[in-house]
Amino acid sequence: MSLPPLLTAPLDLVPLPVIEYVARTLFANILKSHPDLFERLGDYSGKRYCFSPTDLPLDFIVIPGNKSLTVLRAGQPVADARISGPLVLLLALLEGRCDGDALFFSRDLSVSGDMEAMLALRNALDDSAIDLPENLGALAGPLAPLLNRAGCYVRQRALSGKVAAWN
Amino acid sequence: MELICPAGTPSAFREAVDAGADAVYCGFRDETNARNFPGLNFSRDELAQSIQYARKHGVQTFVALNTFMRAGDEALWYRAADDAVRLGADAVILADFGLMAYVAENHPEQRLHVSVQASASNRDAIQFLVEAFNAKRVVLPRILTTQDIARLTRQLSCEVEVFAFGGLCVMAEGRCSLSSYATGKSPNMNGVCSPASHVKYREDGEEMVSELGGYTINRFGAGEASGYPTLCKGRFEIDGAETYAFEDPVSLDIMDHLDQLRDAGVSALKIEGRQRGKAYVAEVVSILKKALSAEPAARPALISRLRLMSEGQRTTSGAFEKRWR
Repeated sequence: MSLPPLLTAPLDLVPLPVIEYVARTLFANILKSHPDLFERLGDYSGKRYCFSPTDLPLDFIVIPGNKSLTVLRAGQPVADARISGPLVLLLALLEGRCDGDALFFSRDLSVSGDMEAMLALRNALDDSAIDLPENLGALAGPLAPLLNRAGCYVRQRALSGKVAAWN
Repeated sequence: MELICPAGTPSAFREAVDAGADAVYCGFRDETNARNFPGLNFSRDELAQSIQYARKHGVQTFVALNTFMRAGDEALWYRAADDAVRLGADAVILADFGLMAYVAENHPEQRLHVSVQASASNRDAIQFLVEAFNAKRVVLPRILTTQDIARLTRQLSCEVEVFAFGGLCVMAEGRCSLSSYATGKSPNMNGVCSPASHVKYREDGEEMVSELGGYTINRFGAGEASGYPTLCKGRFEIDGAETYAFEDPVSLDIMDHLDQLRDAGVSALKIEGRQRGKAYVAEVVSILKKALSAEPAARPALISRLRLMSEGQRTTSGAFEKRWR
């Protein structure tokens, strides 16, 4: 389930501002296409969430209410709530394709910090029907259909056997 | 038997309907329902839209208003009942006798189900609610054996619903004080058992430690499947040995007892899990729907996949086949 080091090692060489630019653009697109996220998050939208992919040398700090995203080299970031796990599963959770509790029971994911905030975010994401390939495609102009299809293919391969057969 | 399925969000609701639910149960986004978790549950508009979606697919909607009213604040519960009726709920699931009386008096045509939170588990208690408030169905607590359920069902003039799969509450529901003891909050009064506000997880070497209200509930070794931080499934030190005093971190699965429950006259099987994601709802509902019409020999293979999604990655039939008394 984890990304092979061959794929992730080059990220050490990519300047943080470049990674941050890509992540922020995608994040802004997601928030724009899913304003319902804020309504369900309520007061928790002001919390500082940290996403720590265990197979990437990076931490992603997100404050949904401020529409802010910061990328840090992996370490001990300051956050209200933190979730760690393989990148593929974190993205699947973002799309509501996996059940967070099941991944917690299997120890694929670990959480710490403010559990109310984490629960609110999980539930808001689960209801939001985010589709990452679609959001990626939206950023690709005329290449949108191509990127969308490629994204769907990668997702299907990455989650094969892990994802529930939701409709 | 009907399959009654959980939904904590409109997305999960649609998944349950599409996966083959006969009825979906859900609640408002406040302390009137016993799954009052952050980011979960339905606004009035969301419930209206969901009921419409369910109707279009021939599926019923039950609205759980299954906490106990707080003296002086009854209006919150009365308003929720009025709104559930106005929006077209096929049934309201109630625990508080005062709220049952309110619904019976003000909405006599509304179908009323007795929540598991009402802790009605014998003939006299249930028949009282049938006669006093015209209750049409009772949801039995998970503390009865299959034989108890069969015996009881024969003596009742209302329908019986039992939990078939999902989170396993091993206590007399509606009367359990363990969560209150550790946190001051309970499912009965606040709609939350072991509220997230009082939960902490931390790493201690290779172990993952879960805490509730400052109490250590469990320590899970590296790779050991984990569970919810509830006192009833905590690991205790007894006579020098670390063990589970009440119940292991485990979920309920009584699909092996399907035929006995059908023969006993049980009307509906309930899936627990309004706090779970839509992926869980879709998978559990579709598999149990298949299991309901499958031959007994084919059921274990169907159900086995669900074990991995369960608390502690294990399931039990719990009190349904209690052998120790």
